[in-house]
Amino acid sequence: MQLNSWGMYPIIKKNITVLRDKPSLRNEILNNTECIPFGNGRSYGDSALNEHIIYCKPYNYFLGFDEARGILHCQAGVTLSEIIEAFVPQGWFLKVTPGTKLITVGGAIASDVHGKNHHVEGCFSACIEGFRLMLPNGEIRTCIKEDELFKATCGGMGLTGVILDAKISLKKINSKNIEQTTIKTKNLKETFEAFEKYAYMPYSVAWIDCLAKDDALGKCLLMVGEFADDGDLNFKEKKKLNIPFKFPSFALNHLSVKAFNWLYYAKAPKGVSHQKVDLGTFFYPLDGINNWNRIYGKGGFTQYQFILPKEHSYEGLEEILKRISQSGKGSFLAVLKLYGEANDNYLSFPIKGYSLALDFKIEKGLFDLLDALDEIVVKYGGRIYLTKDVRVSKETFEKGYPMIEKFRSYRKSKAMDTKFASLQSKRIGI
Amino acid sequence: MSYVLIIGAKSDIAQAVAREYAKHGYSLYLAGREIQTLHSLATDIKIRTSVAVELLEFDLGAFHTHQAFYENLQEKPLGVIVVAGYMAEQKKCESDWAETLNTITVNYTGAVSILNIVANDMEHNKNGFIVGVSSVAGERGRKANYIYGSSKAAFTAYLSGLRNRLYESGVHVLTVKPGFVATKMTIGLDLPPKLTAQPEKVARDMFQAQQKNKDVIYTKSIWKWVMLVIKMIPELKFKGMSI
Ligand SMILES: Cc1cc2nc3c(=O)[nH]c(=O)nc-3n(C[C@H](O)[C@H](O)[C@H](O)COP(=O)(O)OP(=O)(O)OC[C@H]3O[C@@H](n4cnc5c(N)ncnc54)[C@H](O)[C@@H]3O)c2cc1C
Ligand SMILES: NC(=O)c1ccc[n+]([C@@H]2O[C@H](COP(=O)([O-])OP(=O)(O)OC[C@H]3O[C@@H](n4cnc5c(N)ncnc54)[C@H](OP(=O)(O)O)[C@@H]3O)[C@@H](O)[C@H]2O)c1
Repeated sequence: MQLNSWGMYPIIKKNITVLRDKPSLRNEILNNTECIPFGNGRSYGDSALNEHIIYCKPYNYFLGFDEARGILHCQAGVTLSEIIEAFVPQGWFLKVTPGTKLITVGGAIASDVHGKNHHVEGCFSACIEGFRLMLPNGEIRTCIKEDELFKATCGGMGLTGVILDAKISLKKINSKNIEQTTIKTKNLKETFEAFEKYAYMPYSVAWIDCLAKDDALGKCLLMVGEFADDGDLNFKEKKKLNIPFKFPSFALNHLSVKAFNWLYYAKAPKGVSHQKVDLGTFFYPLDGINNWNRIYGKGGFTQYQFILPKEHSYEGLEEILKRISQSGKGSFLAVLKLYGEANDNYLSFPIKGYSLALDFKIEKGLFDLLDALDEIVVKYGGRIYLTKDVRVSKETFEKGYPMIEKFRSYRKSKAMDTKFASLQSKRIGI
Repeated sequence: MSYVLIIGAKSDIAQAVAREYAKHGYSLYLAGREIQTLHSLATDIKIRTSVAVELLEFDLGAFHTHQAFYENLQEKPLGVIVVAGYMAEQKKCESDWAETLNTITVNYTGAVSILNIVANDMEHNKNGFIVGVSSVAGERGRKANYIYGSSKAAFTAYLSGLRNRLYESGVHVLTVKPGFVATKMTIGLDLPPKLTAQPEKVARDMFQAQQKNKDVIYTKSIWKWVMLVIKMIPELKFKGMSI
């Protein structure tokens, strides 16, 4: 079995243990020096990588559903896509979902993922009633929101133990469709104004054209939406396209990125327009293409996602976009999102402000550029999203996460640091 | 909705097959030894879909119980899928008759015993389908696992004869020949990723082939070509090889 993270960088040799049942997991944890849980490898970098990984996705039973309260109890390897397939037809949807449904519940908790509605619903942990976790000594602990273990585990990147199962609160829907409004803006100022204007909408996200310069810097397509109320719950997975092999490395050059951005941006009508789209198209546009990560070729790619506090978001973003546009390094996707208040988990990424996520092919000079961007992020009091990261320095990371010492000492006090580690945790010393 | 009876339901492939058929609206009889351990799978499937799931105790080696087992099924299944299998270590089989016999019993005689009963009923009703999970290992005997391989070869031949016999009554028989599959059976083996299927893939391939009344499938399909090459090697040469 070959398991890589989504960025396909780094590729390392690993020993894989499949999580099948609690007794064998316990043995595995007790008899091994160091390991890290692995869900469905949709994290971009090295958060789920180490020489020994516990592959959790096959541990995927639905354990119970409390229909009166909309609480689903399931094992950690269940994917969001399985939840959607089973529950949308019954009129239920996830309260919080990231931009792909091909992730496990364990991965969603460990990264405390967020969606297009962070400013309304918060992170994934907000819809978790509780979960069970196997600790370094093989003991199984049940955690609820008030526990320190809960705060360390949600966003804790698999470093506190193996999440076994969780109770997730779902929300009622009356349609599989989204009423979407698309707003095309001409520059960063308009983009920010549009975000604020539509902040009352439950879902919002913007695609930024990163190669735009000068007056057009920060032009975007902002898509906002809410669930329709048409009673149509007939959700079917669409047929997928497939990228059958890794593209040669010259495929994704500057020009093709430009063409892509242009096509995407150009396709949308001017100003404000309305569409009714199905939830797959709205939430998971990229899931329709299998293995799309292969377009970046053999060397792999990474996603650079940072967030800036609201008061500095505008100037910070302007500076960063200028810097990227100068560098001429293409980013296929640049996604801008508005965030609500931070929660009190130790390492959850979101803070009140704006976040930008950009994809870059791994190539010479890239990490220098990202180091330069880091400086700007730090200058404005921002932070980097660990689940996307493969290269951030210990210093940059620490400056962004003031609760890191709490996390470190908690891990130490429970001997978690002796059992659970990833390439990432070792690089940044957590 | 119609029932499908899955024999050897505790197997990893069988669990994926159960979910696949349930997803398409079939109710399930899940049969195997110490089947109550499948209670969580039954719950899982009932939450994911709304089909009925029943767990039934069944041992392929207990031939004398097979007739009564089938008769006791309240509603007769539309389809019967034999997934159970046993792969002992070849070396062990060579010196341990019990291991060899169990291999033959699970992979061949046990399957024949229950399918004979099923086939008679389906032929009489002129309705139904049968799926047998055999293996590419049955295509040519190799020193590395010919006890297992020969029992699968026998099962493959049985299924082909059964298909031939039931053709006129409109009962369809599908032979599934997996290559490598990542399951309990192969845990710890260093399988080449390009040739190894996940159980879910085997289940999808099986379902689609069965619905389309296919006769024989390889999964992954590349195994058809791999086996073609292996079968073409002249015996004179093959007997000296280690593959
Ligand atoms: C196209 C795409 C879009 C995305 N959009 C978003 C987005 O909008 N918002 C967002 O927040 N994220 C987003 N992500 C990132 C993704 O949601 C996270 O990386 C998520 O954690 C991946 O989950 P996974 O199951 O694949 O876990 P993996 O990638 O395998 O692991 C991620 C982390 O979870 C830990 N982990 C996994 N399972 C367990 C377990 N059972 N117990 C303990 N720890 C465990 C791992 O150790 C690792 O630290 C996106 C990713 C992609 C590819
Ligand atoms: N994995 C592969 O690479 C591969 C390749 C080709 C073909 N196959 C075939 O695929 C099928 C499924 O295998 P798998 O990989 O899913 O392996 P598996 O998980 O080991 O399943 C084998 C199943 O057969 C059951 N079984 C054994 N003896 C039995 C008996 N006397 N009565 C009833 N059930 C019995 C076992 O039940 P218990 O749990 O009670 O022992 C077990 O659930 C088998 O026929 C196998 O030969 C597998």
